[in-house]
Amino acid sequence: MVQILDYLRESPSQTAGPYVHIGCTPNFTGIEVYGGDLGTAMKTGPVQGQEIVIKGTVFDGTGTPLRDAMIEIWQPDAAGLFASANETRGTPDPNFTGWGRSPGDMETGEFTFETVKPGAVPMPDGRMQAPHITAWIVARGINIGLHTRIYFEDEAEANAKDPLLSGIEHQNRVPTLLARKEGEGQYRFDIHLQGPNETIFLDI
Amino acid sequence: MSTGPKTGGFVPRDRGWQPDALTPPYKTSVKRSPQAALLSFPTTLSEETSPVFGHGMLGELDNDLILNYAQPGQSAIGPRIIVHGRVLDEMGRPVPGALLEFWQANAGGRYRHKKEKYLAPLDPNFGGCGRAITGEDGSYEFRTVMPGPYPWPNGMNDWRPAHIHFSVFGHGFAQRLITQMYFEGDPLIPLCPIVGVLKSQEAIDQLTAPMDMNRTVPMDARAYKFDIVLRGRRQTYFENRVEGL
Ligand SMILES: [Fe+3]
Repeated sequence: MVQILDYLRESPSQTAGPYVHIGCTPNFTGIEVYGGDLGTAMKTGPVQGQEIVIKGTVFDGTGTPLRDAMIEIWQPDAAGLFASANETRGTPDPNFTGWGRSPGDMETGEFTFETVKPGAVPMPDGRMQAPHITAWIVARGINIGLHTRIYFEDEAEANAKDPLLSGIEHQNRVPTLLARKEGEGQYRFDIHLQGPNETIFLDI
Repeated sequence: MSTGPKTGGFVPRDRGWQPDALTPPYKTSVKRSPQAALLSFPTTLSEETSPVFGHGMLGELDNDLILNYAQPGQSAIGPRIIVHGRVLDEMGRPVPGALLEFWQANAGGRYRHKKEKYLAPLDPNFGGCGRAITGEDGSYEFRTVMPGPYPWPNGMNDWRPAHIHFSVFGHGFAQRLITQMYFEGDPLIPLCPIVGVLKSQEAIDQLTAPMDMNRTVPMDARAYKFDIVLRGRRQTYFENRVEGL
């Protein structure tokens, strides 16, 4: 006999269901509480760096937009610093939360994040990563939240050296992780849950 | 050159324990499940950090669903219950400062949402959402009414067991979790295709809250205890590093 490893097990995930907006963005559904929904504004004052807008839609395997999804993003400021309790490398932009949450548009499902272009952040081993935003998608029919990353197509040089992007076996899928530039400071990042353009999702 | 804050990587998610993306008896999963393999990658600062949620953001009634949507002097209809527990990580350490958001149907099984089609009536004094932030010991508590079971379009006669949805935000984006709490003794639990995505009885049990007479308020409310476990952080001095840094 040996000792028993007495670790706990992560709580099993369950779908967010059709009404995740009641719980996470109640004001969006008409339930007026809390003085507003969390994650609506990522900028709380004048911010450092380039202000950008990222829009996108989540599509199912038939190409139908999801209108009951919730998308969250998390990113560093323009200098690559996180507004987090465990950020020890410097003082992040005090007017930037780094965290956004969107229920998507009521009719079209399109999500919008008004944010800043993130700075680069190193890997734990010191290698530099290309600028990116972490994204997480939940909805009815999704049994466990999907993690992905939003990189930028106009950061080709940094993207080519990025440890995650450069390690992808099917390089023809890399564009699914790149936000397309649609104008100055305007980007589009559509998410495909299935199909020929299925977004790369991460076990991270 | 800095190697960044000593946040420590998260233990990989046990995908053999967590539900699969594609679970055909839960029909909506069929066209919403990725089909390619997930790309495995160690956590970096992007996943090891998270925003700070302070207790200061909470209103007095945020964790009281009986009163937080009720007209003055009124309260939500239904069996009054207290739900409490702790948020821990896989190492058994408490997770203080975690943001919990919960939502549920009213006592008749009806959600306050314009897409909701169930004929059970709305309760004018029940909104159906609340939130809490865990204390230093990882504990949380809220008061609500027992949600009713409700029918849903999947099979011809599928009913959800009574449940409360939980969104949990811990200390790293990698810990982000949404799950559901079920109630001890509910005969609908083994019949539900959404419960059915769980891979073992042990997993179902982990999401089923026992009644807790020790936390009952006599002549007022019964209690249920529901602990939540988030991914654990590795703790070792022997992490992989670039030599000489
Ligand atoms: Fe539900």
